[in-house]
Amino acid sequence: MKQFISFVKKEFLHILRDTKTLLILLGMPIALIMIFGFALTTEVKNSKFAVLDFSKDAATEEIINELNASRYFDLVAALHTYQDIEAIFHKGKAKMIIVFPPSFKSDLQHFNTAPVQIIADASDPNVATTLTGYATTIIMDYQKRVTHDRKLPHTINTQVRMLYNPQMKGTYSFVPGVISMILMLVCTMMTAITVVREKETGTMEVLLVSPVQPIKVILAKAVPYLLISIVNIISILLLSVFVLDVPIRGSLILLLSESILFTITCLSFGLLISTLTDSQQMAMFISLTGLFLPTLMLSGFLFPIENMPMVLQVVSNIVPARWYYQIVRAVMIKGLPLITVWKETFILTGMTVFLLMASLKNFKTRLA
Amino acid sequence: MDTEKIIITEKLTKRFADFVAVDAISFFVNKGEIFGFLGANGAGKTTAMRMLCGLSKPTAGKATIAGFDIYRQTEKIKKNIGYMSQKFSLYEDLTVKENIRFYGGIYGKSNIFIKEKAALLLHQLKLEKEADKLVGDLPLGWKQKLAFSVAIFHEPQLVFLDEPTGGVDPVTRREFWNMIYEASERGITIFVTTHYMDEAEYCSRVAIMVDGRIEALDTPEVLKSTYTATTMDDVFLQLARKAQRSELG
Repeated sequence: MKQFISFVKKEFLHILRDTKTLLILLGMPIALIMIFGFALTTEVKNSKFAVLDFSKDAATEEIINELNASRYFDLVAALHTYQDIEAIFHKGKAKMIIVFPPSFKSDLQHFNTAPVQIIADASDPNVATTLTGYATTIIMDYQKRVTHDRKLPHTINTQVRMLYNPQMKGTYSFVPGVISMILMLVCTMMTAITVVREKETGTMEVLLVSPVQPIKVILAKAVPYLLISIVNIISILLLSVFVLDVPIRGSLILLLSESILFTITCLSFGLLISTLTDSQQMAMFISLTGLFLPTLMLSGFLFPIENMPMVLQVVSNIVPARWYYQIVRAVMIKGLPLITVWKETFILTGMTVFLLMASLKNFKTRLA
Repeated sequence: MDTEKIIITEKLTKRFADFVAVDAISFFVNKGEIFGFLGANGAGKTTAMRMLCGLSKPTAGKATIAGFDIYRQTEKIKKNIGYMSQKFSLYEDLTVKENIRFYGGIYGKSNIFIKEKAALLLHQLKLEKEADKLVGDLPLGWKQKLAFSVAIFHEPQLVFLDEPTGGVDPVTRREFWNMIYEASERGITIFVTTHYMDEAEYCSRVAIMVDGRIEALDTPEVLKSTYTATTMDDVFLQLARKAQRSELG
C-alpha cells in the first residue's frame, strides 16, 4: 500500500508540474460547454427575410408583421419584381423570401384558398429547412385564426407537445455529448500518453525491475485522471444547470456513478492503447482517430444513429460513448431511473471488464 | 547452495524467432565482485542482463540470483537487486529529492530511512543545494551519478548497470567508477556492461561476449597474458574479430 501511495503521489507531481496541460485539462470542458452552449447552436434566430408582395392587402400585411414579430425572422426588404429575388440572394442579404400573388386576400375569401410561395437559400440545407418550417407554422397559425370565424365541416387540429425539452433547446443534447467527449479525451488520451511516456524515457524498465507489481503501476497512473475527470464532470454539470439552464431531472447520484463507470471504461481504453504502442505520438494518434472521431461521429451526439447506414449503426454498438450518451440523456434530461438504463449500464460494464482484462494481459505478455 | 556465488547461470538462452540473441551462456558471479560484461553492439549483453533482471523471460536454461530461481522467484529477486538502465532513468520533471523519495517508496522503505539516507546521499554527491531543483536541469554527469545512487538506494545485494557511462566525459567517468568502488566496498556486488575497454581494467573479472556466447571469462590480468596483449582493448579486438554477426545495435 505504501508503494502504491508513493506512486500516486509521483503521478500527481507529474501533473501538477505540467501546469499548462493541467489548465487545458480543467479548462477544456468549460470552454467546450460555452462553445456548444452559446456559439454552436442549431436554433435559428433573427434570420433575415424579404417579401415580394403583389397583393399588398390586409391579409398579407398581417402575415408579414407576424413573421417579423417572431424571434426567428427579421424583415430586411420589400421587393418589387422577380429579378430582385436573385439579386438579394446573391448579395446574401436574406435567407428566405415570401412571395404573395396578386389578390391574395380576395382569393382567400372567395375561393377559400390562396397560395404563398416560400423561397429559401438552400446552400445551407439545415437552415433552409428550419426556416421554411418556422414560416409555414406562422402562416398556418394565421390561417387557423381566420378559419375560426367560419366553421369548416371537417378540421383536424394537431397538438404538438415537445416532451422533456419543450423549448427545443440544442444544449439539452450538447451537454451529455460534451461530457462523453471530455471524459474520452482526458481519460483515454492522457492515460495512454502518460504510460507510454515512461516507456519512452526508459523509466518503465526501472519500475518493472522494482518489486512493484505491474498492476499497481498501471492503477496508480489512472488514479489522478479519475480525480480530474470527476472534477470535470462536476464543473460541466454546474455550468449546465446554472449557466445553460439544462436541468438534472434524474438522480444526481445515479448520474455521477454512471459517469464514473464511463470514466473507468475510458481509462481502460487508454491503458490498452498504452500497451499497444511505444511512442507518445502513436498513442495520441490512436486515441484521436480510433476513439475521439468515432465518439464524435457515432455516439449519436452529432448525427442521429437511426439515420446512419446499417453498417455504421452496427459499428456504433462498439463505441462506448454511444451507450454513455444514451444513459446521460435518459437520466439527466428525461429523469429516468436505473431500471430503464440497465441494458446500457450492463454493456458499458462488460466493455470495461473486457478492456481491463485485455490491457493487463497485453501488459504482461509484452514483458516476456 | 553456494552462498558465495550471487549469480549462477546454466546454458541460459534467449531466442527471438530464429535469431539466437544469447546462446547457452554459463557463468557465475561471486559475491562482492565487480563483474564486467563486455561485447560489441548486438553481442547479446543487454539481452542477457535483461533476463537476469527479470525484464525478459529466458527461452531455455537455468539461473539463480542471490539463491532465487529466475523463473519462479522473480518477486524475491526484485527486492534484492538494483538496476540502472542504458537510458537515463530518473524523472526529469521531478526534483532530486522527489526522485529519491519515490524510489525509496516503491522499495517499501520507511519514511525515516528515506529521510536519513537521502540526506546522506545528497551530502556525498554534494547536491544539497540542488535538492529541490528539477533533475532535468542538472548536468549529465550529475544525473548519471544520481541515477546510480538511486539504483542502490535500497541497499540491494546486487546492482545491474547497463552501460552506465555512455556519453559521459572522462573526469565524470572516473568519479563514477570511484562510486562503484565505494559501493563494492560496502558489499554490493556490481554487474556492469560496457564497451569502454579501459573500464574493463577496473573490474575484478570480465566476461567477453561474441555472437551471443561468452568467448572469454577471467580477471583482466589473466586475459591479457592469455592473449599476449598489453591492454584489454587488444584482447577484445582479437576476440571480436571472430564475430559473424553484423552490428545489430
